[in-house]
Amino acid sequence: MDQSKIRNFSIIAHIDHGKSTLADRILEVTDTVAARDMKEQLLDSMDLERERGITIKAQAVRVAWKGHELNLIDTPGHVDFTYEVSRSLQACEGALLVVDAAQGIEAQTLANAYLAIENGLEIVPVVNKIDLPQADPDGAAVEVADLLGDDPTKVLRISAKTGENVADVLDAIVARVSPPAGDPAAPPRALVFDSAYDQYRGVVAFVRIVDGGFSRRESLQTMATGTRFEAEELGFFSPTMTPVPALSAGEVGYVVTGLKDLSSLRVGDTITSVARRAAEPLPGYKDVKPMVFAGLFPTDSDSYPELRDALERLKLNDAALFYEPENSRALGFGFRCGFLGLLHMEIVRERLEREFDLDLLVTAPNVAYRVKAKNGDWLEVHNPADFPAEVEEVEEPYVKSSIIVPKEYVGAVMELNNERRGTFDHMEYLSPARVHLTYQLPLAEIVLDYYDQLKSRTRGYASFDYDLAGFTAGNLVRVDVLVGGEPVDALSLIIHRDFAYDRGRLLVDKLREEIPRQMFDVPIQAAIGSRVIARETVKARRKDVLAKCYGGDISRKRKLLEKQKAGKKRMKQVGMVEVPQEAFLAVLNIGQGQKGGS
Amino acid sequence: MTSGARHLYVHLPFCAHRCGYCDFVTVVGQAGQHRAYVDALLRELELERDSLAGELETVFLGGGTPTFTALPELVRLLEALPAAEEVTVEANPETVTPDLARALRGAGVTRVSLGAQSFRPELLQVLERVAGPDDVRRAVHHLRDAGFDNISLDLVYGIPGQSAADLEADLGDALALEPEHLSCYELEAKPGTRFTHAWGEELARQADAMEDYFERVVARLSGAGYRWYETANFCRADSERDLRSRHNLGYWLAHDYLGVGIGAVTTIENRRWRNTPRLGRYLEALAAGRGPERELESLDESVRARERVMLGLRLDEPLPLAGVRHALDAAGLSRVESLGLVERSADALTLTERGRFLGGAVTADLLA
Repeated sequence: MDQSKIRNFSIIAHIDHGKSTLADRILEVTDTVAARDMKEQLLDSMDLERERGITIKAQAVRVAWKGHELNLIDTPGHVDFTYEVSRSLQACEGALLVVDAAQGIEAQTLANAYLAIENGLEIVPVVNKIDLPQADPDGAAVEVADLLGDDPTKVLRISAKTGENVADVLDAIVARVSPPAGDPAAPPRALVFDSAYDQYRGVVAFVRIVDGGFSRRESLQTMATGTRFEAEELGFFSPTMTPVPALSAGEVGYVVTGLKDLSSLRVGDTITSVARRAAEPLPGYKDVKPMVFAGLFPTDSDSYPELRDALERLKLNDAALFYEPENSRALGFGFRCGFLGLLHMEIVRERLEREFDLDLLVTAPNVAYRVKAKNGDWLEVHNPADFPAEVEEVEEPYVKSSIIVPKEYVGAVMELNNERRGTFDHMEYLSPARVHLTYQLPLAEIVLDYYDQLKSRTRGYASFDYDLAGFTAGNLVRVDVLVGGEPVDALSLIIHRDFAYDRGRLLVDKLREEIPRQMFDVPIQAAIGSRVIARETVKARRKDVLAKCYGGDISRKRKLLEKQKAGKKRMKQVGMVEVPQEAFLAVLNIGQGQKGGS
Repeated sequence: MTSGARHLYVHLPFCAHRCGYCDFVTVVGQAGQHRAYVDALLRELELERDSLAGELETVFLGGGTPTFTALPELVRLLEALPAAEEVTVEANPETVTPDLARALRGAGVTRVSLGAQSFRPELLQVLERVAGPDDVRRAVHHLRDAGFDNISLDLVYGIPGQSAADLEADLGDALALEPEHLSCYELEAKPGTRFTHAWGEELARQADAMEDYFERVVARLSGAGYRWYETANFCRADSERDLRSRHNLGYWLAHDYLGVGIGAVTTIENRRWRNTPRLGRYLEALAAGRGPERELESLDESVRARERVMLGLRLDEPLPLAGVRHALDAAGLSRVESLGLVERSADALTLTERGRFLGGAVTADLLA
């Protein structure tokens, strides 16, 4: 295909602003999918995505429009996936910025729009849902135009639901978005912007060809990892897999590699030809670092190998997922996993449970800390259990948060942010009724329940996004929980000194309720270093006998004891104390809904 | 290897009234069936003659209320049963008349177990017992007059509304009668029973206050010179006689026993069976010369070993380890040992005093 006839674009939209519906309509208007084969949100092919109304994995689909080849590269919409958005955007020259005519701009729209502008993409603004009775297309168009420094008349007004003006969107893409500008004659270079694993065909790479081109059966090589493979099949999605003999500069498509080793092909790497090797790889993505960490433990310790395999599989499609083995005294063998954010964590957990049929126990999430030990060395700590008892200095990650909210809720948002150790930055009116607030907040204060709190205190009207803003020194301490004198590593937490007493008391109270009485007194303590800040005792049972046992009920009594024994086996042993797994869960969950914790 | 069971249990289910907390197989009324039932018992015994040893150690008539059975029928049964060194009959106090006491004695009964339960009238009402406190005292005197020198009293503690002072008073009243043997059971409110429906919430409220009642019972009876020889059983320390219940020791030492009557359980070698609890079906089968319907359970060696541990640890004597080692969980054993609940010698296990109060949990820890 002549590059001048190719357009590669993404759709940027807040959740529920109509991205998937617009994609469906584009497939229909271009006759890519016959109307009778159409189902809603066709591109969101994973169950998980469809249920949550969000997209996790970028995927590309090719449509034909008035002699042009248009490649729509799907992007995820959520705050956690800035990283994935950025890799989708690198494969494009343009982006549709879709805004709900009734809702206006949301915080995520802002974040992703800025990202697209930074990547040099041409933005085509679109106001959607003009068919809704409460729609205010003009108001929304002014907000978008102000954001882009554009003229409101250039903002398209459509209804993806009814199809009204969708053809104009395609025309605008052809007219406004630049065609790809790679060198078709140069040695081939293709950016891997996503990948998937197929049980029968191995690793499938989603690529944007920048320079040159590939043919089927050509020997190819990745430039960063040096992995060699043969292009078993080349093709594109339309929306099903459509094989072609070759892919050339400017095109978007897939390569079936036949690779079985999950780690041999990294998203962000450049693929070139073995015979005509490119000299330089394409600029890769910036290496994102996970900032939220949690321990994942199989409920049944026998499933540890399955958990390991499952994480390995997920990692293939999710470069941002980090994991390393963790051995907890309380919870046994598992993995300490790093995530981009809470939603990312939830999705990984759900996929592990749903796609891999694993039962998991997830510890309360914490952030990464930079700690200067007494000996002057700086180290990064991902697990409260590894936090040194004595530290010289501690730094915690901060975010620059961006909140858009109707003006009557500004007070509520400020109050919440103050409770969460936030520092006010900036406030501006987007319109007479809507305010954009920015705050510096410790990431630790938002990883648990910040978003839920924000939603409930603003009756769901607030939208929220954040960017990491580096590390800042904090007055943080490690609170340990001791059960029967033994520290329970899984319950240690790092917390601002001002919140330590309240949180320690809460943990100890909750544990006292959850731990059944034992054959001896069980002290439960919260401590900072060797100083106990809260203490409770689970009093010893004084009697536990089967009152009567005669000839008529020996079998029944034996079965009772066997049941009691089986119950004991399901408990986790902390020193001499038997703790039911549910106790850990209950305690891990009190993090949520409590302020000031990490 | 065994030459038959040396312990015989005979179930007499008839009662004047079914008490709310009772979970035994009982039959209220049906006075017209007593004769047919005794016939059926004797027939079942006949059918099972080969299961019994030539000489019996113990016979135990339990219920129900055995002494509620029409006296001529009860005497006919006693006289037809094989002789044994210890013959026990359970009795409710209100049924014990001088005639009954003499008749039992005359028919070879050596031991009577009286269901006293409490001496507080209001608590007896909660338990729906027919007898009052004075019935218990009178019954003991009648039995003594008839020559009984081995009387056991049953007491229940943890009754809804029972204070610690009530408990102490009950123990004092029981001790005043100088019984050779006492059985003290914590009231069990079994889920789904009428009693639990009526009193479950009250009991849950009192649970903390009643937590030390077991300790009080043991302390008071031990102080009065009784031996706490089994979890819930005490006997007067006597240099002349061993006053433990020999029949029940048979269960706790995992000996074989034959049970006849409705709902009765038998354990012989690796087989255990329970007779149908339905009176009509039982009578019908035996009238036709057939054995009653039975629920069978086969006991393999590991089950029997676990039972030997569970039962043996109820006693105050060391549990011999021979033959039960494979039924023990090594980690559990060292755990309860380090908690000071069990003492181990080369060939036996003994629960410490605290271990005995927690015997159920300790056993659950110990079992493999």
